[in-house]
Amino acid sequence: MTQQRRSTTKMVPFPSHSIVPERDVDKLPVLEARHLGIEFGGLKAVEDFNLTIGKTEIAGLIGPNGAGKTTVFNLLTKVYQPTSGTIMINGKDTAGMNTVQANKLGVARTFQNIRLFGNMSVEDNVRIGLHNQVPYGMFSGIFRLPRYWKQEKKQHERALELLSIFGMQDMASAKAGSLPYGAQRRLEIVRALATNPSLLLLDEPAAGMNPHETEELMDSIIAIRDQFQIAVMLIEHDMKLVMGICEGICVLNYGRVIAKGTAEEIQKNPTVIEAYLGRRKEDAQ
Amino acid sequence: MKLKRSTVNNLIAYGIVIVAFVICQSMISAGAMSRSLRGQLVPICVYIVMAVSLNLTVGISGELSLGHAGFMSVGAFSGIVAATWMESAFAMENDVVRLLLAMVVGGVFAGIAGVIIGVPVLRLRGDYLAIVTLAFGEIIRNVLNCVYISVDAGRVYFAFNSPQLPGKLVINGPAGATGVSRISTFVIGFVLILFTLFVVLNLINSRSGRAIMACRDSRIAAESVGINITKYRMMAFVTSAVLAGMAGALYGLNYSTVTAAKFDFNTSILVLVFVVLGGIGNIWGSIIAATLLTVLPELLRGFSDYRMLVYAVVLILVMLVTNSPMMRAFFARVLPHKRGEEGKGGEAA
Repeated sequence: MTQQRRSTTKMVPFPSHSIVPERDVDKLPVLEARHLGIEFGGLKAVEDFNLTIGKTEIAGLIGPNGAGKTTVFNLLTKVYQPTSGTIMINGKDTAGMNTVQANKLGVARTFQNIRLFGNMSVEDNVRIGLHNQVPYGMFSGIFRLPRYWKQEKKQHERALELLSIFGMQDMASAKAGSLPYGAQRRLEIVRALATNPSLLLLDEPAAGMNPHETEELMDSIIAIRDQFQIAVMLIEHDMKLVMGICEGICVLNYGRVIAKGTAEEIQKNPTVIEAYLGRRKEDAQ
Repeated sequence: MKLKRSTVNNLIAYGIVIVAFVICQSMISAGAMSRSLRGQLVPICVYIVMAVSLNLTVGISGELSLGHAGFMSVGAFSGIVAATWMESAFAMENDVVRLLLAMVVGGVFAGIAGVIIGVPVLRLRGDYLAIVTLAFGEIIRNVLNCVYISVDAGRVYFAFNSPQLPGKLVINGPAGATGVSRISTFVIGFVLILFTLFVVLNLINSRSGRAIMACRDSRIAAESVGINITKYRMMAFVTSAVLAGMAGALYGLNYSTVTAAKFDFNTSILVLVFVVLGGIGNIWGSIIAATLLTVLPELLRGFSDYRMLVYAVVLILVMLVTNSPMMRAFFARVLPHKRGEEGKGGEAA
C-alpha cells in the first residue's frame, strides 16, 4: 500500500525552485523557507536552506549525523531564531515569533529524545496538547464554573478520540513515563496532533521501533495525513520508512541542502551517495 | 472516570481537615486542650496555609522560592493596617467581617508584591531563582522596617523613615505593629485552610494546573504545544503569594505586637522545611508536617534546654525514614489513594 502511494505521486516544480505534490500545486504551501541560515558563533549550522512543503505533502529530511536536521526543526519551531532568511507558515512570515506563536500558527513537533510529561497520565499529556484548543480560564478552573465541566468533558472526549488513532485509548490513565518506548513515541505524535497543526514535524519517529512497529507507523502517518489533511515533515534514518512514504525528500549535509527530489531521484543522486558512503579512492584524486 | 477519582480524593481531603477541626473544637470545649496548645492553633493554621501555598511554587511549579516569608509579612502589615482603618473609618465592630476583609486586603497586597517580584525573578531558573527570591524576601523585610503608617479619623498616613505622622501609629518602623487588636480565631484559620486547599487542589486538577506542571516537567515540550511558560509560572507564583499574604494577615492579627524581623529568612526556611519534609508536591504531607513541626517545640518543653537539639534530631530522623524506599513502599500499600496524588504532584526534583 505504501509503495503504491509513492509511485502515484507526481512531483511538479514550484516557484522558488522547489517541488510539491501535483495535488497541492494550486494551494498555499504550508511551509516556505527561503535562504534560511543560522550561525552559532561563526559556525554555520544551517546555510541557505530553501524548502517548500505542499499542503498535504509528506516530506522527508535526511542526512548524515550532524548535518543540521534537528537544527532545521528548531528553526522552523522558533526554538532558535534564524540569523538569515525567512520562514513562511501558511503564507505568514514568522519573523520575531517565539515557539508558542509558531505553534499557534500551526507548527507542531515531536522530539528526538522523547520529551513527554512523564509523571502525568497519558490522557493528561494529550490534554496539555489540547491546551489552546479547548480553553478555559484559571478562574473557571478554581471555582469549577459550568464552563469548566463543559470544557473538561470536551477535552476528555477529544483526548480519547486522538489516542484512538494509535489504539491507545485503553492506556489513557497509565503514567506516560511508564509506557514502552514505541508507545511513548506514538504518544508524542498524538500530543503534537492535539494542537491542531497544519505542519507536523516528526524527529526520528521510528527510532527504537522494531520493523513491525515501523511498518505500522508508516501506515499511521499516511492515515493522519489523510484524516487531518495536514503536511508532515520527518527526520528519519530508517531509509525504508523515508523511501516508503515520503513524497519529496530533502538531503542535508554540513548544513547545506545537497539534493531535493522524489525517492527515486534521491536514490540515484551521486552527491547523496557520496555524502552517505564517501567517494571512491580513485575518484577522489 | 479520571475526573471523578480526583474529585473524590479532594472530597476525602476536605473531610479529613473538617474532622480534625471538629476534634480540636470538642477538645477545647471539653477543656482537654492545654493553654499553650490552644495558643498554637492559629499559628498552626497559618503555617499549614504557608506550607501548602509554598508547595504550589516549589512542588507544582518547580521553582525553589526562599522568600515566602516576605509575602507573609506584606500580608500581615497590610492586613493590620486594613483592620485598624476599618475600625476607625466605619467603626466596624464585627471582628469576623473585619478579619475576613483584612485577609483579602493582605492577599491583594501580597499578590501585587508577587507580580512585582515575579516579573524579574521568573526570568531566572533553578539556583539563581532561589538566591534572588531570598534577596527579595530580605528586601521586603528591610523596607518594612522603615515604614511608618498611621490611621487618624479614618484616613491612612504613610511615611518612610519618619514617625512624625498625625494620629495613632499603626506600623511603627522597626518596632513593628503595636497595639494590634487580636481578632484572629481558630475558626477563621480553619476556613482559610479549607479555602487554600480548595484553590490549590482545584487549580492542580484544571487546565491551568496541568499547564503549570507541564512547564515544570519540560519547558521545551510545553512551549512546543503552545503553552505560554511565563504566564503559567507567574500564575503559580502569584497565587502562592496571595495565599501567603492571607495567612500573613491572619498571623499579624493574632498577636498584639508584630515586627518585620519575625518574617526573616528563618521563617522562609521553616516553611520550606515543612514542604520538603511533607514531600515536595505532596499537599497532604505539607499539612501534616506543618502541624507536627509547629506543635513539636511545645511538646518538647519537657526536654527544656535540649529542646531544639531534640527538634533537629527528629527532623533528621523523619528525613531518613521518609526517604527510605522501604517506608515509601509501606506507605504506598497503606494509603492506596496516595498513588493518584503522586501521579499528580510528582517529584519536582
